Amino acid sequence: MAEIAAVIASTHHPFYYRASTSTGADRPPFADEWVAKIERFRETLTRAEPDVLVMVGSDHFHQLWLDNMPQFLVGKAPFFDGNWYNEEREFGLPRMTLRGQEDLAAHILRDGLDRDFDLAFSNELRIDHSITCPIITLRPQADLPIVPIYTNIFAPPLPQPRRFVALGRAIRQMVESWESDQRVAIIGTGHLSLELGGPRQFGEHGPDPEFDRKAVEWIASGDIDGCLAEVSLESLHAPGNATHGFMDFMLMMGVAGEGQKADHVDSFDLFHTMEAYFTWYPNGVPGEGAGRERDGRVSIAARSASEERSESGGEQ
Amino acid sequence: MSKYLLDKFLYTVDRDPDLVERYREDPAGTVAWWEAEMANTILNCTPAERTTWLSFTDAERTALRGHDHVTLFEMGAHPFLTLTLFIAMFERDHGPLEYQKAYGKAMEHLSLPYPDIAT
Repeated sequence: MAEIAAVIASTHHPFYYRASTSTGADRPPFADEWVAKIERFRETLTRAEPDVLVMVGSDHFHQLWLDNMPQFLVGKAPFFDGNWYNEEREFGLPRMTLRGQEDLAAHILRDGLDRDFDLAFSNELRIDHSITCPIITLRPQADLPIVPIYTNIFAPPLPQPRRFVALGRAIRQMVESWESDQRVAIIGTGHLSLELGGPRQFGEHGPDPEFDRKAVEWIASGDIDGCLAEVSLESLHAPGNATHGFMDFMLMMGVAGEGQKADHVDSFDLFHTMEAYFTWYPNGVPGEGAGRERDGRVSIAARSASEERSESGGEQ
Repeated sequence: MSKYLLDKFLYTVDRDPDLVERYREDPAGTVAWWEAEMANTILNCTPAERTTWLSFTDAERTALRGHDHVTLFEMGAHPFLTLTLFIAMFERDHGPLEYQKAYGKAMEHLSLPYPDIAT
C-alpha cells in the first residue's frame, strides 16, 4: 500500500511569487524573511522524499462556474496546465504544466464513491493558484505528478465544516488503501481570516488576528473537536468574508488526524492576511527512523484499510 | 434581481483581456452589448443553444454602467469577482495598494451581516 510521506497545510498567498522574485526597489521589505520561512517549509516536503502529491485547493471561478458547480472534484488527467490570464495579470504568476497521477486519481474516485463521497471529476482541468502556489513554495521544480482535489469554499451553498474534516479523513484512507509502493504527500491550502472585496480588506494585518491565533492553535495541536465546536458556516463570516477558505485547513486537519500535533508550525503576519504553514509526518520524522512510532501510538499506515473503515463508521 | 447574471457579467469580462479594456473605457456601451449578445450565452455550449430568459434589472444595469462596486457589493454580487475585475481596470491609475485600500474604504459604512452572495 502507498505510504503517506507527509501531510502539509498552508495558506496560498498569490503575492509570494512576485515578492520572492522581485529585486532592488521593487522588493518588499518583508520579502527576505518570507523567503526564509518558505525555504524552511519547503525542506519539510523535500526531506519526506515524496513520489506523488495529492493537492487540495479551491478553484477561484476559473474553470468551475455557477452554471455547473461541483462541491468536491478530483482531477484525473495525464497533465494539468496551471494558472490563468487574470492570475498572470494581477499576481504575475507563471504558466506551468504538471503531470497527473491517473492511477491514484482513479482510485480516489472509485474509493470515494464507495466511502459515500460522490466526488465529481474532470478529465481536462486547468488548475489555479490554490494549487500552483504550493508548487511554487514547496516544490518549485514542479517535477512530481499530482492529483488535484478541488473543494467549494467560494460559491454558496457550501458543504458544512464537518464535511471537510470527514473528506480529509477519507482522503487519508483512500491514499493509504492505494495499491502502490509510492510515497504520497497530501498538501492542502486555504486561508486564515481573509476579506476580499469588502471594507476590511488590505489592512495592516489579517481582518481578525484573534481568529488567526486560535486557528493556528487548532491546526498545530490537531484540535479538530475544539475547532468544530467553534466554527460553523455562519460563524466564518465574522472573521472576514473570504474566511470560508479556512475549511480547507479543516480538511487537512482531518487528513492529519484528531490530536495529531504538527511537526512543523510557522506563521507570518503580513498585511491583508496571515500566512501559516504546517507539516505532519504520520510515519515519523524523516531521518529520525522511518516508520517509527510516535507518542506510543501504532503507525496508522501499518493498519488495514478495512480497520480504518470500520473505525470511521458513518461519520463520512 | 439576478445575482447570477451580475456574476456572469463580472466573470466573463474579467477573463477576457479585450473585454476588461472595453468595460474600463466604455462601461455603458459594454453593458448594453453584453446584455444583448452575451447574457444568454451558455458558456460551454455552441452559440445556437441560447438561454431565453436572462436580463438585468434597471438598478443592476445602472450599477454596472457606473462601475459602482459598492452597489454591486450591496446587491450581493460575488465580492471576489468584482474586486478582481476592478483591480484589473483601475489599479494602474494608482500607487501600490492605493486602489485596494480606497476600494475597501468606500465600503466602510457597511457592517455584518454582509449581503448574501448565494445565487
